[in-house]
Amino acid sequence: MLSRVANSLYWMSRYIERAENIARIVDVNLQLLLDLRNLNEERLAKHWLPIVLTTGDESQFFALHQKATAQSVTEFLVFQMENPNSIISSICQARENARMVRDQITIELWEELNRLYWFVRTPEARQVWKESPSEFFQQIKSSSLLIIGLTYATLIHNEGWWFAQAGKYLERADKTSRILDLRYEALPARGLPQAVSETDALEWSAILRSCSAWDAYKSLNGAEVNPRLVAEFLLLNEDFPRSVRFCVDECNHALRKISGVAGGRFSNDAEKLAGRLLSELQFATIDEIFEAGLHDYLDRLQGKLNDIGVALFNAYIVQNFTNLEDEIMVQQEEQQQQQ
Amino acid sequence: MATKTKTPLTAGMLQGYDPETFFDEMLTATGEPRGHYQRYRELFQMLTQPEFEHKRQAVDLAFLRQGITFNVYGDKAGAEKIFPFDLLPRIIPAKEWEYLERGLIQRITALNLFLHDLYHEQKILKDGVIPLSYIMSGKHFRREFVNFNVPKDIYLHICGTDLIRDEQGNYMVLEDNGRCPSGVSYVLENRRAMKRTFPQVFEQVGVRPVEDYPRELLRMLQYIAPAGVAYPRVVLLTPGAYNSAYFEHTYLARQMGIEIVEGRDLLVRDARVFMRTTKGLQPVHVIYRRLDDDFLDPTVFRRDSMLGVPGLVNAYRAGNVSLANSIGTGIADDKVMYYFVPRMIKYYLDQEPIIPNVPTYLANEESDRKYILDNLEKLVVKAANESGGYGMLIGPKATQAEIEEFRAKVVAEPRNYIAQPTISLSRHPTHVEDGLFEGRHIDLRPFILSGEKTVIVPGGLTRVALRKGSLVVNSSQGGGSKDTWVLYGDE
Repeated sequence: MLSRVANSLYWMSRYIERAENIARIVDVNLQLLLDLRNLNEERLAKHWLPIVLTTGDESQFFALHQKATAQSVTEFLVFQMENPNSIISSICQARENARMVRDQITIELWEELNRLYWFVRTPEARQVWKESPSEFFQQIKSSSLLIIGLTYATLIHNEGWWFAQAGKYLERADKTSRILDLRYEALPARGLPQAVSETDALEWSAILRSCSAWDAYKSLNGAEVNPRLVAEFLLLNEDFPRSVRFCVDECNHALRKISGVAGGRFSNDAEKLAGRLLSELQFATIDEIFEAGLHDYLDRLQGKLNDIGVALFNAYIVQNFTNLEDEIMVQQEEQQQQQ
Repeated sequence: MATKTKTPLTAGMLQGYDPETFFDEMLTATGEPRGHYQRYRELFQMLTQPEFEHKRQAVDLAFLRQGITFNVYGDKAGAEKIFPFDLLPRIIPAKEWEYLERGLIQRITALNLFLHDLYHEQKILKDGVIPLSYIMSGKHFRREFVNFNVPKDIYLHICGTDLIRDEQGNYMVLEDNGRCPSGVSYVLENRRAMKRTFPQVFEQVGVRPVEDYPRELLRMLQYIAPAGVAYPRVVLLTPGAYNSAYFEHTYLARQMGIEIVEGRDLLVRDARVFMRTTKGLQPVHVIYRRLDDDFLDPTVFRRDSMLGVPGLVNAYRAGNVSLANSIGTGIADDKVMYYFVPRMIKYYLDQEPIIPNVPTYLANEESDRKYILDNLEKLVVKAANESGGYGMLIGPKATQAEIEEFRAKVVAEPRNYIAQPTISLSRHPTHVEDGLFEGRHIDLRPFILSGEKTVIVPGGLTRVALRKGSLVVNSSQGGGSKDTWVLYGDE
């Protein structure tokens, strides 16, 4: 498989996953506001700013907006093309990558992605969003899930498909960890939090809902919502498809499918780092994590996920980007020798 | 339930429809449908206007959804447009197509012989049939490839030859596109759209299929593989996703089941071409390149080309990789060479041209130039090496200022200009708006493949100038397209 093609498939599915996760985050937080009382400007800013931080573009945000309000944050995360991680930017990028590998994906997948692209780019999308944000986010999520399903059910599960899987799970692991980090200011730097207030419980429920984890969580832990159980579920659960452990497991599996190297061994840095992170997650307990500080832990986790992405790029893609000038020199030398 | 009386669409269309003095593809001068349109018209008449409108919108939407679009240069925010598609097909009866096919095969045979001669003995120049100076001043003549042997002696593997019809309905060749002709994907997709929209019509009218094109193309590409390669790897080289024909590139690659590559995906080592894959370097043997000569290899041609592959030409010269089309075919594309094609046919095949050229004047010839300069307001003047409807003056439609501008250009660079009388291209009923139909000028671009044998997919791309009165059919200049039906029979 062409390295460039692998790269595009990887980013196509990563960007779709990103768009979906941002839709989840904004949607749940908009709904959460309806449950909160005594909202003044300061509290609102406190609510929205972490959401901007979650997507990691604080300076970009303040370059475009003065204050973090529902209006400015949603605009920034949904429609602003200047934000490279907004929903609309992510969908454009996903489609651009799909276009580059149009010959590698099925007509069904392409049509749905293309439909989503045209939807978010029309004035109609803004209209839907204005009338019912929830309906709008639902459309984004449904389309993303449809694309994931089409990828699974219509694409041949070859090497390129595994690159797409690796991209999707890395992105999802990253976003789950960032969603979990939304309320870190309410937590002590180290150790378990004290008793949870009613508002806190609502906010932690919102975190679960951002990850479509509400139902799964309840069936496991009952209706009691506290940070320790939520963090344990979203980080360490073995079977929940959006938990970090699950995602790293899948990503690790995809990497091994690409190279053919069995688990417990590695042939490149991406496999080494993914395998190592997976073992850490498999043999960690939530109490240890809280003891060291959840926020710090998540910070390091995101760094590790990032490293896996970089290592994957170095192992399979980077040879693509030789310098053209150098290559011209090489060829001229070769041609000189022949003459 | 009572049957609702339908207003037949075509009756309305034909009532108000005036072929005027033009040659109309569908109607005779007296307003009767021609024989080969008869059956189609009967079926089409069953449609009401709302049904037609509904079908039209469905087709447009499907094109957009499938991404069958072309990029508009110079438009930011990634503007893409669908190539406007008209639902009324252009129909060619079997006998007429048989004639066209003979004429096109004759022409491509002569052109390939000419290119081979030009890059070897140059007999045609030595015999004075074509003046040497025209070759030497040709922008696309690659003298460094003289005496270079191309696989199987084929130069123009893929040629798109534009045909038009004059006021009497006589076919004429307007130009030969021998570099990277595009448009064939629209032939295939237009047909798919028509089959989806009017399934029953195909059955009853008897239309020859076009779906074979990708298979024939691949067969040809495999045929020209370097000697000794048992399983040649064929790739399509695209300038990239921002090229206006990118849809076509991915489409053809997908239909042929080959990789589509960009220049940066390829690498040359020891005069062999490889592609960079996740499993290391893999050899490449045949490249269907959709990149002009100038951009192929920055070590040989344009140094600033970011699209090409350093060393590619060296690998080509070493015979380790085949290119379609061959390097240097652009000279046959030169509109001054066009003038000489009838002479080539005579010289190499000792035949008269089956499909004539449009009468052409060479600005470089003293007497022709005088005629051109005296009659600019009547003539079409074309730059010798432009395409896509650029660099062209249509005298009768031009302002005085435009005419003067071209006068200066012709005087300054006579080698680079030719002129032709303004031909009133044939017209075809075309949907204008709200179920209203008017005559619009059309041309035809068949695609000719030269491999083990010469293959022409029945029909080709019919382009239509959608602007009222316009003679320019190029997509960049407000053109659209129609499906082209070649019938099994004559009616």
